[in-house]
Amino acid sequence: MSKYILQRFIYMMITLFIIVTITFFVMRLLPGTPFSNPEKLSEAQLEIMNAKYGLDKPLAVQYFTYLGNLVQGDLGLSFQSQGRTVINVIASRIGPSALIGGQAMIIGFIIGLVLGVISALKHNTIYDYGSVFIAVLGMSIPSFVFAALIQYFIGVKLGWLPVALWEGYSYSIMPSIALSVLVIATVARFIRSEMLEVLGQDYVLTARAKGISEEVVIIRHVLRNALIPVVTVVGPLSVSIMTGTLVIEKIFAVPGLGEQFTLSILVNDYSVIMGITLFFSALFIFVIFLVDVLYVILDPRIKLKREG
Amino acid sequence: MRKHDSELDESLFVHAPLEENKAEEIADHPTGFWIESLQRLKKNRGAVIGFIVILIISLLAIFGPIMNKYDYNTQDLTRSNLPPLVEGLERVGFDGTDSHGKNIYEDRSISNEPAWIGTDEFGRDLWTRVWRGTQISMLIALVAAFLDLLIGVIYGSVSAFYGGKIDNVMQRIIEILVGIPNLILIILFILIFEPGIITIILAMVITGWVNMARIVRGQILQLKSQEFILASRVLGASNRQLIWKHLIPNTMGPIIVTLMFTIPTAIFFEAFLSFIGIGIQPPLASLGTLIEDGYQDMRFFSYKLIFPAVIISAIMISFNVLGDGLRDALDPKMRK
Amino acid sequence: MSDNILSVKDLEVSFQTHKGSLKAVRGVSFSLKKGETLAIIGESGSGKSVTAKSIMKLLPKKTTMINQGSIMYKDKDLLAYTYKEIEKIRGREISMVFQDPMTALNPTMKIGKQVMEGLRKHQQLSKKEARRRAMELLELVGIPNAEKRLDGFPHEFSGGMRQRVVIAIALACNPEILIADEPTTALDVTIQAQILELMKDIQKESGTSIILITHDLGVVANMADRVAVMYAGEVMETGTAHEIFYNPKHPYTWGLLQSMPKIHQAEDQRLIPIAGSPPDVNLIHDGCPFAARCPYVMKVCHHHNPAQTKESETHSVACWLQDKKAPKVKQPAGIKSDGS
Repeated sequence: MSKYILQRFIYMMITLFIIVTITFFVMRLLPGTPFSNPEKLSEAQLEIMNAKYGLDKPLAVQYFTYLGNLVQGDLGLSFQSQGRTVINVIASRIGPSALIGGQAMIIGFIIGLVLGVISALKHNTIYDYGSVFIAVLGMSIPSFVFAALIQYFIGVKLGWLPVALWEGYSYSIMPSIALSVLVIATVARFIRSEMLEVLGQDYVLTARAKGISEEVVIIRHVLRNALIPVVTVVGPLSVSIMTGTLVIEKIFAVPGLGEQFTLSILVNDYSVIMGITLFFSALFIFVIFLVDVLYVILDPRIKLKREG
Repeated sequence: MRKHDSELDESLFVHAPLEENKAEEIADHPTGFWIESLQRLKKNRGAVIGFIVILIISLLAIFGPIMNKYDYNTQDLTRSNLPPLVEGLERVGFDGTDSHGKNIYEDRSISNEPAWIGTDEFGRDLWTRVWRGTQISMLIALVAAFLDLLIGVIYGSVSAFYGGKIDNVMQRIIEILVGIPNLILIILFILIFEPGIITIILAMVITGWVNMARIVRGQILQLKSQEFILASRVLGASNRQLIWKHLIPNTMGPIIVTLMFTIPTAIFFEAFLSFIGIGIQPPLASLGTLIEDGYQDMRFFSYKLIFPAVIISAIMISFNVLGDGLRDALDPKMRK
Repeated sequence: MSDNILSVKDLEVSFQTHKGSLKAVRGVSFSLKKGETLAIIGESGSGKSVTAKSIMKLLPKKTTMINQGSIMYKDKDLLAYTYKEIEKIRGREISMVFQDPMTALNPTMKIGKQVMEGLRKHQQLSKKEARRRAMELLELVGIPNAEKRLDGFPHEFSGGMRQRVVIAIALACNPEILIADEPTTALDVTIQAQILELMKDIQKESGTSIILITHDLGVVANMADRVAVMYAGEVMETGTAHEIFYNPKHPYTWGLLQSMPKIHQAEDQRLIPIAGSPPDVNLIHDGCPFAARCPYVMKVCHHHNPAQTKESETHSVACWLQDKKAPKVKQPAGIKSDGS
């Protein structure tokens, strides 16, 4: 068990290292300069700027300086926002993203679970078809299209919720809903197929043959076993949510990481782009690591079977 | 049902064996895998509808732009921001009125051919633009899916066939690749190169092939260990026969299904990138840029958003439903 | 027949498939006396499992239909029970052991908890009492180190041990009837014998009646007091084990016996298989289902299904050969007849 966790951890670190390296060199390959108005700067000023950001040193030196700083939690200075560190920028943006991302996960899991369970228990009935249809819509309609549409209909036309900006809790509702759609769909589909599979297992028959009530059979035997594999979708879902925040935050003008990222792309603020990229990747890799560990804890069978 | 002897004639009690083969008779004649799959697919109403919708959209993407006299890129400021107007469909909203209920066509006394689903701020005909955009989105998706298929099948089968060390190294590479959020890689890739169709396609392929490679490898490994392959070998089947008779038919199913899901994913990514401004660049239009343009003008010209949004959703839903249907139809485990 | 604890009459079960309705059990009748072992034997697909599962209403609700018949347990018709009511019968009055011990236990639940579930429900035992009883049960079915094993998970047990656990679960509440659906098929031969011995011992001690479903004549010879031979959803012949083995009347039973190796068999004596394969139940419309494979088939067999004829108080056969108009057919060689 601990050997497995250690192995996963090493894997996580290797992946992270590769990502750091890739992002570093990608950034150095980028066209254009990181400074807002290079034409206006004199040769001397450019040199001073380059020296300040360490851009005058050889690439290898820059790389190791970067790695060294990274280990100390220093992601460098923002090229565009004068005097702010990248860490600072990320920290100031993380709150709204975490709120809508977290809410989207919770809403998505609850509604997805309900839909999936109904679907499986009422297999091949109108309820099943209804939930499957909702899930297909959720899988298919791009989140930004859905977001734009609910912003128009719920925000603009009906005026039930604030259209955009970030001035109170109610401002987080529509972005969260827009983000949760894919979660709902994924969880519903996954639970449905897992439950249908478990329902066909012999041990469900054994449980029924014991005479315990059908509700107990479903909750204790079917749902429990169907839920364990669901942790595996948390990884991909967290990516979808991160992807989603890029556009959803833009649409609803949420001052989060996603909005910062799209903004930084438009103004070529490379150090922030790199910082957020690393942050997202690290978060994702950490989630995957957690999921792997959690899965082993939840499913007693894996402890022995999983190869080294 | 069950009878006693009283009413039966004695003449019936004579030996009367059936023909030999009767004893082996079964009600259902065995049908080929593909025919059976097709039959199952036809029974799946959703998949059939999805297929038809894809067909219609593809035809419109090809022929839509030449159905009226407008060009996707000709600006005509006298016709800017015209609402949808279709003769005969006035009752369902295609009546040429704007969000205040004012008939723009009468107001601006425009008498030449109406814009069926409106025009944009430069007076470009949206019908033409939407279908041109669909063309480009589909083209990107198809090329990306094809490249994924090509790389994935080669990588997956090499990995599975050689096994051992080669397989090990190749799998570690894949493991690291899936550890990186693909969108991040895509965005970084596009930042390095000029945004455009080829960049977008290549960016998507960089991570897209991994999924296909995994599926192909898994499928081949599973087949390799199966007893019917061993049985055919024992019976003297050559490698070529094995590949054509067993490997290809048995891996085709999952490949097709994966392909069906790759296409909508690619369409989504293209639209996504265009939406955040690093995708297709003007004057070209794709569904993503059209949605982005429509989104900007949503408050007053909601039709600009709604039409491309409906098209992209319809494409995505249809491919997903068809993919689901194909998976169910091709899954050998579902065979009775 | 007051000594019958269970009697199934004219049971007909059909499945809803995508090709339409499919009759899996076609008018099956048999009875079970207190304390005896009844073996239901037949090839796969003969409807024996379906029959067993319908006794406990364990067939999938949506796709199965019990068209007719009755299942009398003591004086109550189980078919008239609702699903809620049958829960009180399941596990307490009648319990079931399934074929594959590798899949019959919940992989993510501790063994102890799985044994305790029924106890807690039917006997309202406290957690502590249930645990003690569960330990006793595991000891009873011969699991060493029972106390510790209660906290183990199924994958830590071997196949034979798992089947013992499954039996312990089935026996938890001292049921009147134990239905064992191919309990040894998935096990190694040596383990098979152990499990069968275990079931015999338990029966001796508790007086439980057993319905043993199997396709293995060896198991039948070892265990059964009475035998029902099923084919294509119908009972072909029933009788005491002695009658079935030494005085079989149905050509299908003959075929079964001829295809079974015997320990005293001369080396040059061949096993005789039954020609053909079991029929697709969709194809049987009228006539005897075995007609297509029967070496003694007559014209009548193709169009009329024979009724049960009583050979003795305990022995009955559904075959036209028993009709007085039928030609006399000699029992084939290779089957020991009475006294030989």
